[in-house]
Amino acid sequence: MTGFRKACTLAAAALLSLTLLAGTALAEKVNLTFYFPVSVGGPITKIVEGMTEQFMKEHPDIQVTPVYAGIYRETLTKALTALRGGEPPHVAVLLSTDMYTLIDEDAVVAYDDILKPEEMGFTKAYFPGFMRNSQTGGKTWGIPFQRSTIVMYWNKEAFKAAGLDPEKGPANWNELVEMGKKLTMRDASGKVTQWGVAIPTTGYAYWMFQALAIQNGVELMNAEGTRTYFDAPKAIEALQFLVDLAYRHEVSPKGTIDWATTPRDFFERKTAIMWTTTGNLTNVRTNAPFPFGVGMLPASARPGSPTGGGNFYIFKKATPAERKAAVTFVQWMTSAERAAQWGIDTGYVAVRPDAWETPAMKDYVAKFPVAAVARDQLAHAVPELSTHDNQRVTKALDDAIQAAVTGSKKPADALKDAQKEAERILRRYGK
Amino acid sequence: MPPAFRSPATMRTIHAWLLLLPALAFIAAFTHVPAVNTFLHSFFLDGRGGAPAQFVGLEHYQYLLEDEVFRKALVNNLLFASGTIPLSIGLAMTMAFLVNAGLAGQSVLRLCYFVPTVLPMIAVANIWLFFYTPEYGLLEQIRGALGFTGVNWLGSESTALPCVIAVAVWKDAGFFMIFYLAALQQIPPSLAEAAMLEGASRLYYYRRVVIPLLMPTTLFVLVNATINAFRMVDHLFVLTQGGPNNASSLLLYYIYEVSFKYWDTGYGAALTMVLLGFLALASIGQFGFLDRKVHYR
Amino acid sequence: MSQTNIYDSRGLARVLDTAAAWTLAVLWALPLLYAVWTAFHPSEFSTRFTLAAPLTLDNFRAAWDAAPFARYLVNTVLLVTLVLSGQLVLCTLAAYAFAKYDFPGKGILFALVLMQLMIMPDVLVVENYRTMSAIGVLDSTLAIGLPYMASAFGIFLLRQTFKSIPKELDEAAAVEGASTLQILWKVYVPLGKPVYLAYALVSVSYHWNNFLWPLIVTNTTNSRPLTVGLQVFSSTEQGVDWSIITAATLMTSGPLLIGFLLFQRQFVQSFMRAGIK
Repeated sequence: MTGFRKACTLAAAALLSLTLLAGTALAEKVNLTFYFPVSVGGPITKIVEGMTEQFMKEHPDIQVTPVYAGIYRETLTKALTALRGGEPPHVAVLLSTDMYTLIDEDAVVAYDDILKPEEMGFTKAYFPGFMRNSQTGGKTWGIPFQRSTIVMYWNKEAFKAAGLDPEKGPANWNELVEMGKKLTMRDASGKVTQWGVAIPTTGYAYWMFQALAIQNGVELMNAEGTRTYFDAPKAIEALQFLVDLAYRHEVSPKGTIDWATTPRDFFERKTAIMWTTTGNLTNVRTNAPFPFGVGMLPASARPGSPTGGGNFYIFKKATPAERKAAVTFVQWMTSAERAAQWGIDTGYVAVRPDAWETPAMKDYVAKFPVAAVARDQLAHAVPELSTHDNQRVTKALDDAIQAAVTGSKKPADALKDAQKEAERILRRYGK
Repeated sequence: MPPAFRSPATMRTIHAWLLLLPALAFIAAFTHVPAVNTFLHSFFLDGRGGAPAQFVGLEHYQYLLEDEVFRKALVNNLLFASGTIPLSIGLAMTMAFLVNAGLAGQSVLRLCYFVPTVLPMIAVANIWLFFYTPEYGLLEQIRGALGFTGVNWLGSESTALPCVIAVAVWKDAGFFMIFYLAALQQIPPSLAEAAMLEGASRLYYYRRVVIPLLMPTTLFVLVNATINAFRMVDHLFVLTQGGPNNASSLLLYYIYEVSFKYWDTGYGAALTMVLLGFLALASIGQFGFLDRKVHYR
Repeated sequence: MSQTNIYDSRGLARVLDTAAAWTLAVLWALPLLYAVWTAFHPSEFSTRFTLAAPLTLDNFRAAWDAAPFARYLVNTVLLVTLVLSGQLVLCTLAAYAFAKYDFPGKGILFALVLMQLMIMPDVLVVENYRTMSAIGVLDSTLAIGLPYMASAFGIFLLRQTFKSIPKELDEAAAVEGASTLQILWKVYVPLGKPVYLAYALVSVSYHWNNFLWPLIVTNTTNSRPLTVGLQVFSSTEQGVDWSIITAATLMTSGPLLIGFLLFQRQFVQSFMRAGIK
């Protein structure tokens, strides 16, 4: 009996001191939960945790708990699931293209609604190319963090072996096909041992296709995210070109090409050229067993690539104090020095011009000039495909692209079907 | 307590209910109530951003009829079931025979067959991804050495589903083998002796004596295999994400996409009702089996 | 334990059987063999197999550093323990009632319970998610476990076992003044031991490997089990790195694999005695 009573007293005391502790902590500290996607390999969590720790050291009144939640799409699912469950994160890095979805779900708050108009000047510090799908309806909803464009990587050894200039990648579609033909190697039995080019068609098929569409001179959606132009003749031509790479010119594998294994295909010398995110730069640099080149994507009517990657969003459920703290955190994470360091660590494009003027970045570019390719390509960049109900619309386009590259539908039919589906999905938004 | 409640029969009924109550409460809360709610929910369209849901009657069910992705997922799921069920059961039975035949190293054999049950599907799917990778994946390395031309296993609409089926069979067969093995070891040796005296051949013995004796196990395994055929989607997350062009999408995976990626939970509910319909059909068969089992006990 | 059978194959047939058995075994163990190879060699050897490849433990180190696997492991162990103990208690009580009591509505109730065999919680993820959200347990081990606490499969198995236990045993115990629960605990549970063991192994391996529901209902590392942790960890945007994934897989499946290795004999025997057929 005494034992029991003692235990009770102890428990009560512990409870009391806990409440007191919590009470004082609440009074002084703002707690922020921060969801971020694992978008690059290696010790990403360590880098992010290191950054948040540094932030907390400089801002002792703010406590940030970073939670890594999978790839972009999973992080969005997690954030929205948590929102429905009543406990969304305070701040999260999600795809810039999820902006309309997040607004429709009433999940996020615009930076303009947190800050005074005179405080909004900081948004001018970022590359305008990245801000284009961070703003809509005159408000800023996202702040660029780990942003990218698609770039082309090539194997210099393979270029040399094929009698090509290893310093120059294909500049336009014709060169891509011509060089691809020289780079495609077959053994005595006719089996391909090395493909010319690999453009992945799973995971981010719509993104890769959008690059081709842009180059062919067509945009796939309007600025309000309420209409798509998947079946525009120029878009159909672009998809036809992608299909032709495999079936007519035979410089690329038939069927879909897996996003996750494409970098590995490149390291294994199974493809001489690959298109993928600039976010892969550090990965390629570490793992490619041969010298490689990096260049802008080839042009058709014009050069170009969609932008990509993630923005910082602040969730509506946060209290005013939490929102303010979140803005402080976002501004700190995207400051010139941090943006430069993040770009160097991961290969993502440092999101603001002044980041490229920091000594660390200048030093890095001097040693590794290709790091600037993605930045320079920004001049030709177009916002990534983004509409209301974004995941569903991109899924329709992904399906169309896969149907075309697997040969089960003609590009024109596939894109017409996708357009019809997109119109059905968007009918409740397009007023 | 009034005397009527003290009658032994009433007391026993109360006892029984008390014993059943916790389990029933859980099953009701997480099976029956959500099943009914799913049904009700399938007539509503979710409101975006916290707006109230809107009654749309049969609209979701009408859309089912024109939804091509749904039709594909449904056909795929039926193919998936008709592939995985017989293959995994047949292999499980074969494995059990082999492991029970006193071959050299049978405990190692048993361990090998059981490996898939222990490895989480989600992790092992990444390994299968390597096996199926074109050009340098394991399958292609082997085929290449034998002089075959390359196949893009997961990247072609015709091969993606069979690949996914193979992974599921691999996962299930070893697990089912354990049930067969247990049943086999209960068959008395005297039966074999009797059959031998009658001059029955080996094939005859297995076909006419052993396999019929295993029938109850087969039915039990069949039920589990059917459930798994509509439940197992873990590997899709890694291998194909339902692609290319939905060629390997399955019902539950599509339900996940619709409900947790597009947040169209009303339509997701309608899809779930279809899945429940299939499972109900299967369970009708199962009740028949349970009845029979009770009879010859 | 393996009785020899006069119909066991002999001569050439036996050679063929052995060959078939080992071919299947190699096929079935191949992913594990590959995992072992890749996890212990540098990344460039994950796609080629030469004897000259150097051994390394770096992949394990990298995987361990990259994600909180220790935490995931603790979460999974907690989850499996919670679910199993809930199942054992609830199923025992219910199975006893179904096996030994006669009362009005028994048949219908049993049928309602058996419905769960088919309509398993995995199919009702959306509604169950709402429930968890309503009772405020999202992102907790409890939320992952709750829908599985009462299992029709367990009730069915135990009911069969209890039915086969002669009534005289509990009558004798009742004469000695034992209450219902005491009889259950002292007579039925000990006699059902093999069934409990077999069921426990099935349940543990199911929940150790379960993925979709935990994926939906967990958000953070506080409750994320191994399967979800592994998936989150292996799906980098940057492309697949098999060395680290296989190292993580081995680290996390190790406990269960070793468990089976040690207990496989008891496992099969208890299945046998449980008469699961």
